[in-house]
Amino acid sequence: MSIKRSLLSVPLRLSNLALVFFLFVGVQAFAADPSVPDSDEAITAGRSLFNANCKACHRLDSKSVGPALRGVTERRDLEWTKQFILNSQALIQAGDQTAVALFKEYNNTVMPAHNFLSDDDLMNLLAYVEYGDTADTSAAAGAEGVDGEVATGGVPSEYLTIILGVLVLVLLLILVVLGLIVSVLSKYLEKQPLEEDDREFISQKTDWKGVFKSDAFILIFTTLILAFVVKTALDGLYSVGVQQGYAPKQPIAYSHELHAGQYEIPCQYCHTGVEIGRSANIPSANICMNCHTHIQNVDGQDGMSPEIAKIYAAIENDQPIEWVRVHNLPDLAYFDHSQHVKVGGIECQTCHGPIEEMEVVSQHSSLTMGWCIDCHRQTEIVTAGNEYYDKLVQLHSDTKESLRVKDIGGLECAKCHY
Amino acid sequence: MKENNKTYWNGFEQLTNDPEFVKKAEREFPEELPTNGASEGGSSRRDFLKVMGFSLAAASLAACEAPVRKAIPYVNKPVDINPSVPNYYASTFASGGDYASIVVKTREGRPIKIEGNKLSAITQGGVSAVVEASVLSLYDKQRLTGPMVDGQQSDWPTVDSEVVFRLRNAGNVRVVTNTLISPSTESALQEFAGSFGAEVVTYDPVSNYGIIKAGGALPSYRFDKADVIVSFGADFLGTWISPIEFAKQYSKGRKISKENPNMSRHFHFESNMSLTGANADYRTPIKASQNGLAVLALYNLLARRGGAAAVNAAAVEIPHLEKAAEELWANRGRSIVVAGSNDPNVQVVINAINDLLGNSGETVDFSKPAYFRKGNDEQMNQFVTDLNAGRVGGVVFFNCNPVYDHARGAEIAEGIEKAGVSISTNETLNETASLVQIVAPDHHYLESWNDFNPKAGEYSLSQPTITPLFNTRQAQESFLAWSGNNTSYYDYLQTSWSNGLFSGQNEIGNFQEFWDRALYNGVFTSENAGSASVSGTGNVSGAASEIGRTYSADNANVELVIYQKVGIGNGYHSNNPWLQEMPDPITKVTWDNYLTVSQNWAAENNFKMSEGNTKMGRITVGNKTYTLPVVVQPGQAVGTVGLAVGYGRTKAGRVADGIGINAYELVDLSRGYNNFEITEGVTLELVNDNYKLPQTQTANTYMGRQFVVQEATLGEYREDASAGRYKPQVYAEGEFVKPSKISLWKGHKYSQHHWGLAIDMNSCIGCGACTVACQVENNVAVVGKQEVLNRREMAWIRIDRYYSSEAGADSYQDLERAAANPEVVFQPMMCQHCNNAPCETVCPVVATTHSSEGLNQMTYNRCIGTRYCANNCPYKVRRFNWFKYHDNKDFAAVNVAQNSDLGKMVLNPDVTVRSRGVMEKCTMCVQRIQAGKLSAKRENRKIEDGEINVACAVACPTDALVFGDMNDPNSKVSQVLKIEESIEAVKEVNEERAYHVLEEINVSPNVWYFTKIRNKDKNEA
Repeated sequence: MSIKRSLLSVPLRLSNLALVFFLFVGVQAFAADPSVPDSDEAITAGRSLFNANCKACHRLDSKSVGPALRGVTERRDLEWTKQFILNSQALIQAGDQTAVALFKEYNNTVMPAHNFLSDDDLMNLLAYVEYGDTADTSAAAGAEGVDGEVATGGVPSEYLTIILGVLVLVLLLILVVLGLIVSVLSKYLEKQPLEEDDREFISQKTDWKGVFKSDAFILIFTTLILAFVVKTALDGLYSVGVQQGYAPKQPIAYSHELHAGQYEIPCQYCHTGVEIGRSANIPSANICMNCHTHIQNVDGQDGMSPEIAKIYAAIENDQPIEWVRVHNLPDLAYFDHSQHVKVGGIECQTCHGPIEEMEVVSQHSSLTMGWCIDCHRQTEIVTAGNEYYDKLVQLHSDTKESLRVKDIGGLECAKCHY
Repeated sequence: MKENNKTYWNGFEQLTNDPEFVKKAEREFPEELPTNGASEGGSSRRDFLKVMGFSLAAASLAACEAPVRKAIPYVNKPVDINPSVPNYYASTFASGGDYASIVVKTREGRPIKIEGNKLSAITQGGVSAVVEASVLSLYDKQRLTGPMVDGQQSDWPTVDSEVVFRLRNAGNVRVVTNTLISPSTESALQEFAGSFGAEVVTYDPVSNYGIIKAGGALPSYRFDKADVIVSFGADFLGTWISPIEFAKQYSKGRKISKENPNMSRHFHFESNMSLTGANADYRTPIKASQNGLAVLALYNLLARRGGAAAVNAAAVEIPHLEKAAEELWANRGRSIVVAGSNDPNVQVVINAINDLLGNSGETVDFSKPAYFRKGNDEQMNQFVTDLNAGRVGGVVFFNCNPVYDHARGAEIAEGIEKAGVSISTNETLNETASLVQIVAPDHHYLESWNDFNPKAGEYSLSQPTITPLFNTRQAQESFLAWSGNNTSYYDYLQTSWSNGLFSGQNEIGNFQEFWDRALYNGVFTSENAGSASVSGTGNVSGAASEIGRTYSADNANVELVIYQKVGIGNGYHSNNPWLQEMPDPITKVTWDNYLTVSQNWAAENNFKMSEGNTKMGRITVGNKTYTLPVVVQPGQAVGTVGLAVGYGRTKAGRVADGIGINAYELVDLSRGYNNFEITEGVTLELVNDNYKLPQTQTANTYMGRQFVVQEATLGEYREDASAGRYKPQVYAEGEFVKPSKISLWKGHKYSQHHWGLAIDMNSCIGCGACTVACQVENNVAVVGKQEVLNRREMAWIRIDRYYSSEAGADSYQDLERAAANPEVVFQPMMCQHCNNAPCETVCPVVATTHSSEGLNQMTYNRCIGTRYCANNCPYKVRRFNWFKYHDNKDFAAVNVAQNSDLGKMVLNPDVTVRSRGVMEKCTMCVQRIQAGKLSAKRENRKIEDGEINVACAVACPTDALVFGDMNDPNSKVSQVLKIEESIEAVKEVNEERAYHVLEEINVSPNVWYFTKIRNKDKNEA
């Protein structure tokens, strides 16, 4: 599942909606500056530049920290736009009227300089801003990201439960019906003239005491209790160290729902290590400050939010923020993020769950070895375009089965334990 | 196969088939089992119940709540540092004049591993055990945490004002230092000396003053250009001057192949069996008193051939000397003669010999002097006299420890009080620093900026790889501050490079760029070094008459030869447990200091050494008497006894204190130089006290299977490339076939990689750098002396040392003959990663399994410790964790890397620290393999050969180990083995020299050995 999909699920705020309406009704009808390219390459290049540099504060079609950007070349002069992107503060300090007005309108929020962008970069960026990701394309892109849910095969378990429940219900009904028949029959027979023996038989009470004391009952009963105890103990033992659902209180009430969900900040923006190494990296305070030097409170409230103040305090006192680790693998297991994210192309959500919906992060998966191994059994390797796998693909080409992690030693001990 | 009637033995007990040894060898495990006993702690039924109760409670507690673990990011993450991604910095190791250009691997800003810098023209990527181990000394608890004044903790401003105030009025200040090869340090020291009128006294604990005095400088030696090498007691592969450089050069002449079936021939004349002697083709034991005469005899033999005038010399009978002369003469200009003696007269004759042979300027180059040793014995001696006479007003000890490592250490200790002011910059409160008034502790070298000029024209830099751990200050900066110069040493260094080397070149126009490149490379070679005008020649006849006076052909006295061990060296690094536990390459003794005696002496005293069980010997030199254990050393010259320096420390720290005696006290200064060969006034007697030495070999025997070591002479090899190879055959279905042709196993297929290791026994010199490298890389525990005695050392790679002689020995006479001068062979032994692994089949819990890349995997968390695998391993390379060696106060004193927060900083975070009750062994550095594969995958490319390399092979200064993917036909390992491309586990190897150890049992290892080729005329021991 891709994070883009959540774009559709995030409710646009009413105010934003109104703004969008106000600003952009009919905008699409106008053409952007003609010198902005509209080729696919330019848009693609622009998209990655946008995601890397702008997305934290800007949206194409809605106001965020900064203004919505689509149509900017229509509204402003192309050269001015470029200057503003490269170094807005320079323009503001030079006293440019438009720039100063914008700066004031957005609470004197400083936009960082991007003077590392070349002219081509700027044109690509503007191409994306003007022509990229219109509503239908982003929906399509979102749909693309859906990868096959893992099917376990056979009857799904919830059906089994229903069938079982129905069966138990039917059996209970039969029991009730049978009991009714017995009581009706015995009542009828009591009224009939009967021989002494038969009458005695009918009126006799079940000897429950005898039943409870019978060897058979004790055997069955103790076996059941024992089985229950053993099962509970085993389950208990298996769950030792498994912290699924673990959602500790963090030193700062940081919400992934807000940052990753609502503002769609890419995971990698903060977790810088996922593609380069073993650790995903908890962001250092200076990464937080990239945005929070400008944003000091939620929803445009005045003053500084007490939670954001903690970041400032950390930097001032040179005291790192002591986050509580949610996902704890045992020390004996070696896990590398880059292997899974960069090489395997696995989405963060595959293991971490719908993180963009979590107000407080909780451990989504069990993180047991069985869970790892199951995935290694089923996951196909992304071999396309990776020269490393060439030989394996060639050797594997005679078999019909696709090349899975298990086929290249993904179940071997020393892949994770050393 | 050719008839081989040599007997291989790794200790006397095996050679003589000692009944006790045979009994132990037949046991399942050589080590003692930990049964009930006071010393073992033991456990009873009651203990068992207690433990049971505790475990239950612990388990239920554990079930309640998992510990809260913190994830603490940086406040401000440095751009270049990513958690879990290692960074590498080029730097330089220098300790006194011991030098290596290195690359430091850091993780999260902590140095964790040192490797060689391949760009260096001097060490060329090689390292030694000492260099590998030096990373641990950074995390030594013994280091001072701040400056001290008069025994009290102090701060730097106080120190600065005190030093300046006290020295100002001291008068006659001396700075004592070991060799400095750093030009900027020297100039900082000169500034200091200038402002206080101080004189700099340079000495070396193990000095080479003789060479400098004889020739005016230390020349550059080129063993790689020599076809004939003659050494008189110079242990140039182990300890002499620049052993890493020389080992690299030497190995180039020892590599042999069908295309180039040539190798150098090496003659060695010495008293103790040294590492270099063990590698020689012709080794001759001579008495130290004959040393000078042997050199003179060689001179005369060559002078006769060259028509030069012979000098007067007493006749001395030295085997192989005539032959050496003949071959030297035949290889004029392509040979080298060196001597380890510190006697300037001997060195004058050596220089004359090299002149006669036309080697000067070729293999011995005085025009490119080396600066590894600058110590002046006479100056130091004078300093001690002055100090004691009260003529020294102030003394500064710059990172040196003369109280311990000078022959007159005791006098210096007394003299320090007589000096008005005494200052030390040592990192620890060692024997010297603990006596001075002010200690201004220096940074560790991994925390420092510095530059080095080890040889004319060759420069290198060192840079900090960690923020200083303690409140220390770089000594150079201290000197600058005391002389009133407040620039930081970094700026000082840059200025001196900017004014000197930068302006002397015209390749790069911008200084910053020039500096960055030099720093990145770690080394810089200056084109216009200018050649020194040192000729190296001296007065031969004068030297000859001096030699005639001091040496004699028939000295009947016992002679003491003081030497350095490969691991411990001069003792400066002896507080390092990795070095203490590294078995000495020759004796295989760890953690101990001992006297090496000849078999002849042992026989005279009716004494036999068996499995480390020995007796004490009492040695008296002049008026000093010491009692030490005795090691009967094959190849020890009759009438001599060897004793290593580096022990007898009293203030080194918990690891080294109290081990052995200080042999520096026995060094003789009466001849004007530090004489390490005491030929008079020595007596040695056997004391009847039993002693057990922590010796690692004889513990692992091959039970008489002689074809573990396969060797041939060069002549045999030239005729038949597979000479010396043992080719076992098994009888199957009516014919004899190779063992690999029949198998119960289905066999593996390795579709992607097939990791393999090829080990050239011709290149391996047995130096042990690989063993320490492995220990660092793989978090291998140090177990300490008692556990080595219990035969529970944990080393994943060991170097087996075998002696070989003509025939077995049944009587003392035979034993003497066999042990007089045996051949030596070194064989690195680690997990062989068998394709048909015997360990895998016997594990009841499948904790050891085979990978699809040919590795034998060990899964610690699955292992329950039955030790069946170790029992079934034919190579005995599996190690069992008898104890929890980490976080255990019983091992805190020895296993320092795993027992304190400071020590743990050196651990490799990618490798599990094993706990009690599990088996472990060589993994072929699987963490490196995984990391290498991953970076290739990330970059969408194939793995390049050499990108992944195992720690032992990287460390090897002679490139004896070649690791790589045997499935890749272009990899170096495939090429040296001449492998036919296939994905089968059993590869067709066409290199005639390559063999498997114990091929007949067909366990099909992925480690190959190359036969040892000796450059001898005939197969003789």
